[in-house]
Amino acid sequence: MSEPILTLSGVSKSFPGVRALHNVSLTLHPGRVTALIGENGAGKSTVVKILTGIYRPDEGEVRIGGAARHFSSPRDAWAAGIAAIHQETVMFDELSVAENIFMGHMPVGGARMVDWAEMRSRATELLKRIDAPIPAAYPLRRLSVAQKHLVEIARALSHEAQVVIMDEPTAALSANEIDDLFRIVAQLKAEGRAVVFISHKFDEVFRIADDFVCLRDGEKVGDGPISGVTPPQLVRMMVGRPVDQVFPKRDVPIGDVILKVEGLSNATEYADVSFELRKGEILGLYGLIGAGRTEAMQGLFGITPITRGKVVLEGREIAIASPSDAIAAGISYVPEDRQDQGAILSLGIRENITLANLLRHVRGLFLSRASERDETRRLGNRLAIKAANWEQRLGELSGGNQQKVVIAKWLATHPKVIVLDEPTKGIDIGSKAAVHEFIGELAADGLAVILISSELPEVMGLADRVIVMKEGRIVDEFRRGAWSAEGIVGAATGAHREAA
Amino acid sequence: MTLRALMKFRELILAGILIVGVAAIGAYQPVFLEWENISDLLTETSVLFMMALAQMVVILTRGIDLSVAANLALSGMIAALISQYYPETPLVLMIAAGVLVGLLLGLLNGGLIAFLGIPPIVVTLGTLAIYRGMIIIIAGGDQVNASEMGEEFQAFPKLVVFGLTTPVWIAIVVSVLFYVFLNYSRPGRALYAVGGNPVAARYCGIDQRRQELLAYGISGAVSGLCGYLWVARYGVAYSEIANGYELTVIAACVIGGVSIGGGVGTVPGTLLGALFLGIVMTALPVMQISPFWQMAISGAVILGAVVINARAEQRPDKLILPEARRLGRKVPA
Repeated sequence: MSEPILTLSGVSKSFPGVRALHNVSLTLHPGRVTALIGENGAGKSTVVKILTGIYRPDEGEVRIGGAARHFSSPRDAWAAGIAAIHQETVMFDELSVAENIFMGHMPVGGARMVDWAEMRSRATELLKRIDAPIPAAYPLRRLSVAQKHLVEIARALSHEAQVVIMDEPTAALSANEIDDLFRIVAQLKAEGRAVVFISHKFDEVFRIADDFVCLRDGEKVGDGPISGVTPPQLVRMMVGRPVDQVFPKRDVPIGDVILKVEGLSNATEYADVSFELRKGEILGLYGLIGAGRTEAMQGLFGITPITRGKVVLEGREIAIASPSDAIAAGISYVPEDRQDQGAILSLGIRENITLANLLRHVRGLFLSRASERDETRRLGNRLAIKAANWEQRLGELSGGNQQKVVIAKWLATHPKVIVLDEPTKGIDIGSKAAVHEFIGELAADGLAVILISSELPEVMGLADRVIVMKEGRIVDEFRRGAWSAEGIVGAATGAHREAA
Repeated sequence: MTLRALMKFRELILAGILIVGVAAIGAYQPVFLEWENISDLLTETSVLFMMALAQMVVILTRGIDLSVAANLALSGMIAALISQYYPETPLVLMIAAGVLVGLLLGLLNGGLIAFLGIPPIVVTLGTLAIYRGMIIIIAGGDQVNASEMGEEFQAFPKLVVFGLTTPVWIAIVVSVLFYVFLNYSRPGRALYAVGGNPVAARYCGIDQRRQELLAYGISGAVSGLCGYLWVARYGVAYSEIANGYELTVIAACVIGGVSIGGGVGTVPGTLLGALFLGIVMTALPVMQISPFWQMAISGAVILGAVVINARAEQRPDKLILPEARRLGRKVPA
């Protein structure tokens, strides 16, 4: 095999409380596509960020063409010939295609003025090279996501990038657009560039990749030519560990069916979502990012309109047209981004906690401060919120306490069903354990819990039952005791068909 | 004490500055402290008190209402025309007509903003011009003079009850209503929530569009009420009344600590902000400062207030160190 273009050897990276990467090595060869595989949180993005100069490794080194390189900024990585195309394109919507391609290194003529003619003609040439029929003068905002990817590839070529990293490039593309993209990947290969391809979709990985590197919990657990593995083997490599012991599952008596959802559909995001939920039950909702789990639950909560479907709560069919309908019916939804979507930093703790259920505190014409204070004290103490007093502004609290306030707000609505969207995302291990224990308590109190989580150990540790969504539909259901990590991940990634 | 710690008592500080300022002006011009002058000052500022409170409600939702002064002039003109052509109409109905017209104009703003999603600054800039233009159209390009308005119509704002004029009493009642509404009602709380974090408010079941309609409706109704008071007190209605007054109103809010970013503002703070501007505008002539300088000084005061607000809105440092938590502030180096 030819000389490697880039090697990553023994790279480790830690963040406070989290070990993101440990002793990871990786070799990229010219003219080969390497698939980077792993669960959410396995360390794939950290590798990308080290390669593109956003993070610096704590240990280990990056070698390019045999020489060790230290990137102190993304600019250095560009200069070294590494370009990344991100899931969600980071570009300038109001500028032209040509300006986007040459942002940061525009051709200049006399008097250091931008040479527009030169820039346009070079942009047109680059776009032609990848067969992209996009006029260079077009404003970027008028392009589709697929076309924006092409512009990014042209941008990478404008830097003469030798290494092109594609982070889930197909997530928002249609089947035809994916074919086009793969044709360009083949062309990049033919030109002798190295491509790093990150995707959760196994069919794509097996179609396009030459080699693979599998990460799990920040460590490399396997690599080699893709022809040497089968999808089930790869799933086992990704999941790997015994997960059932991680979380102590509380035994809670499971009661009657409280919520029945039938055929919940939306025109573009999810279809035919049906399930039942019982009192005291924790239902895991697993899937890849972008599988439509959050969207379906937002439909149930009235945030986005549903086009079809029936929701039956405690035997009665309810119509949910807005979040206030859902709250009144007894459904709560704790959003994934609790700080941005839940906390009102300019208001006090009391005002935040009572906000979703103010009606309960109305006495006559007015709000009763005493009633609001009682509720705040009760929930504040139960969740151990640390604050100088219950009137303190939320903006003055620590992030963890802000999250607790948001959860308290949803408990204050006295829900029968609570949807928790990625409740442990971005929090450290100690707080995670507290959240898990708390979820167990909620179920023990007789609440029905829907747990959206992309972390398999969390779902398998807490849930009584797991439903798996893929591309907007429920594809499988598993019961505690009769499930396997491979089965769940296989259903979510679409690898189970090959496995069967 | 750090500047930030002082900010917590922003309203007290503003009150302190006012007292010191008034005492200083009084030492220089004792006439300024005479009851007659103070009563005049309050009467003169009563419209600003109410208009600033209404503007605050709009700004709380992350909006702005530039059409308030045009609304005031148009509503005032309609009340004046009713007084001119239907002098038999009971006074209370004439005032109600002003309020109703103002309310409708405000709801028009609110509707365009909430349901068509046009930015508030654009909508109200447009309606500002439309409302001003409508005054000329309905009055046939004329003005309504004191001699053409009814006597009772003009006498009411000059009435003195328990030592204060009726506009001052109305401002007091309106202030109390705003205080109760914003602090002890569900829609009042929802206004703060919508401005503080629109996404979070939506998840809590709060309808942002309804809140915007409410805010601009309130702004319009108060403009209508003030339209009557203004026209009746000064005895003239024409298209240029209160020209540019919307900027004074917004300035009063900013000085009073209302955050242009939405979600932050109190009734006492805004009242103090309005009083501050009222004093500056009445004291400067008393001190024989030229009108040209008066504008520059008012501008400097507004800028100063904005700088202080910006400092106050900086995110406080996180207290992670145990010693910092104990002290409640930075650990001395």
